[in-house]
Amino acid sequence: METNTFYNEVLIDHNLHPLHKETLANPNMILEGVNPTCGDDIVIQLRVEDDIIKEAAFEGSGCAISQASADIMIDMIIGKHKDTALHLADLFVKMIKGECSEEEIEELEEAGALRDISHMPNRVKCAVLGWHTIEEMLGGKK
Amino acid sequence: MQMTENYKNDFPLLCSQDIAYLDNAATAQRPLCVMEAEREYYESYNANPLRGFYKLAIDATEHYEAARETVRRFINAPSAAEIIFTRNTSESINLVAYSYGLNFIHEGDEILITIAEHHSNMLPWQMVAAKTGATLRFLDCEKDGSYTEEAIRAAVTPRTKFAAIQQVSNVLGTVSPVEEIISLVHKNGGLVLIDGAQSTPHMKVDVQALDADFFAFSGHKLMAPMGIGVLYGKKDILDMMPPFLSGGEMIESVTREGAVYAQLPHKFEAGTVNGGGAAGLAAAIEYLENIGMDKVEELERELTVYAFNRMQEIPGVHILGSPDPDSHNGILSFTVDNVHPHDIAEILSVDNVAVRAGHHCAQPLLKHLGVYSCTRASISFYNTKEDIDRLIESLASVRRKMGLGN
Repeated sequence: METNTFYNEVLIDHNLHPLHKETLANPNMILEGVNPTCGDDIVIQLRVEDDIIKEAAFEGSGCAISQASADIMIDMIIGKHKDTALHLADLFVKMIKGECSEEEIEELEEAGALRDISHMPNRVKCAVLGWHTIEEMLGGKK
Repeated sequence: MQMTENYKNDFPLLCSQDIAYLDNAATAQRPLCVMEAEREYYESYNANPLRGFYKLAIDATEHYEAARETVRRFINAPSAAEIIFTRNTSESINLVAYSYGLNFIHEGDEILITIAEHHSNMLPWQMVAAKTGATLRFLDCEKDGSYTEEAIRAAVTPRTKFAAIQQVSNVLGTVSPVEEIISLVHKNGGLVLIDGAQSTPHMKVDVQALDADFFAFSGHKLMAPMGIGVLYGKKDILDMMPPFLSGGEMIESVTREGAVYAQLPHKFEAGTVNGGGAAGLAAAIEYLENIGMDKVEELERELTVYAFNRMQEIPGVHILGSPDPDSHNGILSFTVDNVHPHDIAEILSVDNVAVRAGHHCAQPLLKHLGVYSCTRASISFYNTKEDIDRLIESLASVRRKMGLGN
């Protein structure tokens, strides 16, 4: 019998067919996030106007978790106020620490597909790479 | 195929856990006899070795020194005084880099290493080069891990004062042409350190036949406890080197002004030593000697060839290094098309197959090979055909589980 992994459909789909892995024409914020120990590397580009994230995209390479997590995140924050994005990042990190309520995980929509990472300490850094990068860009806590 | 002996039964962890342990190049598992030897040391012989005059302290010293003699015999060193206990290969190499390198290598000299060195045998030499003004030269390998005659001849020059070369690559499993490099470097009056971390557990090592000036290895890859390692060095060279660390039990006498250092090997063993670790290392060596290194090599070769051939059958899997399974010495590093090594290792982990993923502390080699990172299965004689079958079955499911068809 074949074992199940936590690599669910949402994660696999965002890894294989990312919606936002591209280069923006006119970003006004660019930041690279790197996990030196495992080599995950993403560059997030944003165009933020009046605190609203008008456009967002990422480029990079790494494991499926880092890439899918970044793609899901970008999808969620486009069109949102930066405070909303920071709130989601806060929730996501909380979820990965295993500290989120069911309601809070629901608020994270698709990103909730990564909830099982909370049981996998060695993959936490992969999952939060994009989210930490965006926190840094938008002036949230590091 | 033979593979009937089941050495696995000697290993408590492998008996009590459902795991195909294929990360032996990172660290081996421990047979019961090693754990018992360490325990026996602390239960029956424990005092601070090399110090007290009471019987127990003498027992402790005798056991510690007997372990040194076992190591001497194992690598065929001329004298036990040339066997220095360290924590691991990294510490052994650092000892040579700091004590020999910083004092005897000068501006204008060349230090030679291969591109395939583990970071442990690269960073200390980068440090020596930076501090002394010597030049660090790299001997590049081919894609299959081999070295051309031309490359070797070009890399060793009359200025090669020191070469630090791995005997077996921890990524490709290839054996380096250490005899040839030693002979060439010696012709010009240089010295050679051999990093035996990956070779010593798997093949017969004879430091005199090699004519190595220094030879370093770790206990933990050889089934000994973690925290005990070995540096062999030729006596006349060790004698002229200053101590690496200073402190307790490495002196003859100390005055307000200074100290007279102890004779070899104690000059290089400052502070309380790892008596239990040494006892465990001796037990591990005796365990290996009882099986016989020829037998170990034969079993590992059979398993490696079997694993190599079966991995080749899986679509999208590419083994790094030589196309000849006999050149791999139990180490099979590979990539899977469009799947990151960490995801591969994760999927294998769910099936209780333990492999390593990443850059394997050999980033310059992977860059040289044009690979960012890879997954590594590494085999020991106590692995079974069933372990390999589990690896193959899980590996064959990876691309499908990642949504990449069959």
